[in-house]
Amino acid sequence: MSQPAGERSFPLPSQIADVPGAEGWEALYPYFTRFQPEDDQRFWFYNSMHFPEVVPAFDGITSEIPYTAIGANTARLFAFPTTMGIEYRILNGRVYITANPVLDEAKQAERLAHFQERAGYYYANWDRLYEGWQQRIEALIAEIEAVEVPQLDELDDLEVVTGSRGYATNHLVRENFHRCIDLYSKMWHHHTEFLMLGYGAYVVFFGFCRQAFPEIGDQAVARMVAGMDVTMYRPDDELKKLAALAVELDLADLFVEGNEPAKVLSAVGERGDAGERWLAALEEAKDPWFNVSVGDGFYHHHLSWADDLTVPFAALPRYVEQIRAGEDLTRPTERLAAERERIAEEYRALLGGDDERAAFDQMLGLCRQVFPYIESHKFYCEHWFTTRFFQKIRAFGRLLADRGVLAEAEDVFHLRHVEAEDALVDVMLAWASGGTELGARHWQPIVAERKRIVEALAGWSPPPALGPVPEALNDPAVQMLWGVTDETVQTWLGGDELEENVVRGYAAAPGVVEGTARVLSNVNEIGQIREGEILVCPVTAPSWGPVFGKIAAAVSDIGGTMSHAAIVAREYGMPAVVGTGQATARIKTGDRLHVDGDRGIVTILG
Amino acid sequence: MTTSLPVLPFADIGRDDVHSAGGKGASLGELLRAGIRVPDGFVVTTAAFQQVALHLTVRAEPIAERVKALDPDDPGALAAETALIRAAVESAPLPPSVVEAITAHYERLCAEAGRRDLPVAVRSSATSEDSAEASFAGLQDTYLWVSGGGSVVEHVRRCWASLYSVESVTYRRRRGIPETDLAMAVVVQQMVGARSSGVMFTRSPLTGDRSVIAIDAGWGLGSAVVGGDVTPDSFVVSKVTGEIVRRTVSTKTRWHQPDPSGHGIVETDVPAQLRDVPALGDEEIAELVAIGRRVEAHYGCPQDIEWAVSRTAPPGENVFLLQSRPETVWAKKDAARTAPAAAPAARAFDHVFTVLGKRSPGS
Repeated sequence: MSQPAGERSFPLPSQIADVPGAEGWEALYPYFTRFQPEDDQRFWFYNSMHFPEVVPAFDGITSEIPYTAIGANTARLFAFPTTMGIEYRILNGRVYITANPVLDEAKQAERLAHFQERAGYYYANWDRLYEGWQQRIEALIAEIEAVEVPQLDELDDLEVVTGSRGYATNHLVRENFHRCIDLYSKMWHHHTEFLMLGYGAYVVFFGFCRQAFPEIGDQAVARMVAGMDVTMYRPDDELKKLAALAVELDLADLFVEGNEPAKVLSAVGERGDAGERWLAALEEAKDPWFNVSVGDGFYHHHLSWADDLTVPFAALPRYVEQIRAGEDLTRPTERLAAERERIAEEYRALLGGDDERAAFDQMLGLCRQVFPYIESHKFYCEHWFTTRFFQKIRAFGRLLADRGVLAEAEDVFHLRHVEAEDALVDVMLAWASGGTELGARHWQPIVAERKRIVEALAGWSPPPALGPVPEALNDPAVQMLWGVTDETVQTWLGGDELEENVVRGYAAAPGVVEGTARVLSNVNEIGQIREGEILVCPVTAPSWGPVFGKIAAAVSDIGGTMSHAAIVAREYGMPAVVGTGQATARIKTGDRLHVDGDRGIVTILG
Repeated sequence: MTTSLPVLPFADIGRDDVHSAGGKGASLGELLRAGIRVPDGFVVTTAAFQQVALHLTVRAEPIAERVKALDPDDPGALAAETALIRAAVESAPLPPSVVEAITAHYERLCAEAGRRDLPVAVRSSATSEDSAEASFAGLQDTYLWVSGGGSVVEHVRRCWASLYSVESVTYRRRRGIPETDLAMAVVVQQMVGARSSGVMFTRSPLTGDRSVIAIDAGWGLGSAVVGGDVTPDSFVVSKVTGEIVRRTVSTKTRWHQPDPSGHGIVETDVPAQLRDVPALGDEEIAELVAIGRRVEAHYGCPQDIEWAVSRTAPPGENVFLLQSRPETVWAKKDAARTAPAAAPAARAFDHVFTVLGKRSPGS
């Protein structure tokens, strides 16, 4: 069927044509994100898991900083033997990435010695270091929350003088903006501090299970490892509690599908004490648990539940209805924990001997030790911190709009962060000199042009990969997080040879269903999903939890069996096929689909 | 245990009765005792065979002596001699007690099934003092869809006679298996009017993985799957989670059905609308897996199982086991294995160094 790897190639970056109407898109991103002629020699894959949409200019920071952090940890701090960091390029507004392998054996051996010392220190002291990590990350979140976006009044406050502070508030415009960027950078370094080590432990256990049980399903391995008390489930759990409280307080009638959050809130407010109690509970749940993005925290416009109540309030009516029907919506953690033990114990019993059992115990034990971090860091980093970060940047945008530099606050996201700093300096100067900001004439046409470019780029279908098929895919994150393995690459390569009506991917959650497709290219379209539909999307973000209660199956372009979408789908007991590379391009909303989560096959029935 | 009874019902047989009931017969009795749903039946014991065969002569010479004299490398002589012996076994007068016992037990089966001329399978269940029953597998005959007492007796004799087929005799002569210890039991078992049937290994036949059960399934009688006349559907199910980890639905073009005449089977094309439909539903797969696990636990080793899903029995009661024997291929490989797949390390995370530090593929 497929030719051997190496003889075939994906389109080369240099062969990709411009998108009509999007000329000049390169100006949205820094020069170092552009494909170079020599990049044609390397394999790149589209990171639609984190960047399923066109990246606006400011949001380029969500590639720039994470990759400086993950690479630093992998390549320079822990010295993973066979892999350096991840490089990225932006093409037509989409992020392509590649991991840099270490192929020289002497170099690998040298790095292994460092890796043993450095990673060994983290593994050996994991619990203590992880506890410290939680304190560090919570302190960082407190810091970003405390950053003030200065207001520039006619005169600075008297206290600035009487306190002999010594600098006017315009100074803080840049300092505090910088502070946001610096904290964001620091957060990402902490984000990846434990990540690759965690994936490393999992890759090892997974490999052992595959060797001992060649036909073990990916999900069986995951189920032996998965934690029970995962922070990422907490927002959804809070919603369920609010639904239960609404029923208890006799407010259930107010939660009806299709009602706007503002209307529901005002109706609740009119219900006297009961209403007030519910609103108080809502406020309590919101901080921190509504700091959860409707995406994965990589786009400024993926608002959090706290910023936009549409998503949580779309889920409430269903939960209210289920609670009224007497259903228990709490996660059966005890049953899940018992099941986790049973599965591990049965596999253990099937092993060939005592040595194998002892090795199994060690590997599984290590995985379970590192997994709370793997599962929980998302909430702290991508959601809680990032929600606060974008809120601050939006507030700086408001300052720019108030000072006439930008037409509206949101326009700040069409400037690169270094450009936003320029615009803020313009404000600082004008305020100080009594002059007028010059940015309106400069920035507003640029913003208008970039909005047009982003729209034009949105219609482009990025190929799943670019360049020649690689010799080796040995980066743990690439394997476990993105699900990109030699097998995936073959699937992508074979894409044009397969039957017209079949889309293949990873069997991420078992089961077989038929239903109508709902293709969402953007999480803001989430309100369109109807009960029983099959979600087809570039990537299913974990915070879509509430929507998983509605859909019959999930199909995504990218993702591995350990990607959060797969975990959530298994939790909800629905079939999922991930890592198809091309589901959103080949499936149309309204298509009848047969989703086989056992085999990883989606058939378009018509 | 040995018996002088010519016939034993399954209910009176257990795993220790290989000597009188053969491996297959002993296994069916054992399964029935373990509470597994097995179509009922009886075994014509080795005692009955010996009663006939020990007294049998061809041209005044005991047949054992004549076989002993055969040269396995002289196909002409083998063919001529075995034809003579087979004819003798098939036509020799039977002791009335044996005939009566067979027909009486057959009538009992008919009565219990509430049906006259109940169709049964007549299968050889060979045994020998010094060789595993498995080594005889496939050498002797099996007759499906046999009905009527007279016909059952006749097919029992054909089974006995098949012990003197060219293949069987050659096999014994080549291996030096003594004729004096030779015996054969014959299993007579109610046919399952199979909607679907197939085989099941309680470990992977491909990789030896003991955590999965592999099921092959086709439409109609199992002979189509066992005989390789059809590419069956294939299901691989995790023993631990119950998940179907691989599901391959094949285009099943041929099936075996009972001959409309009421005797034997016919092979025909599968109707077009059934060909690409899975021959097993998920509930039936789950039931088979549950049965497979019970049988494996009962015997304490992975099993090679034949099964059928009845066309007529109600769901929940429609899955039958026809046969179970120990899996041998991977068992031998296991026995030959010396090094464990992994050994404990000084520290748990040393495994990470071992795996992530190894040479990258392709370098």
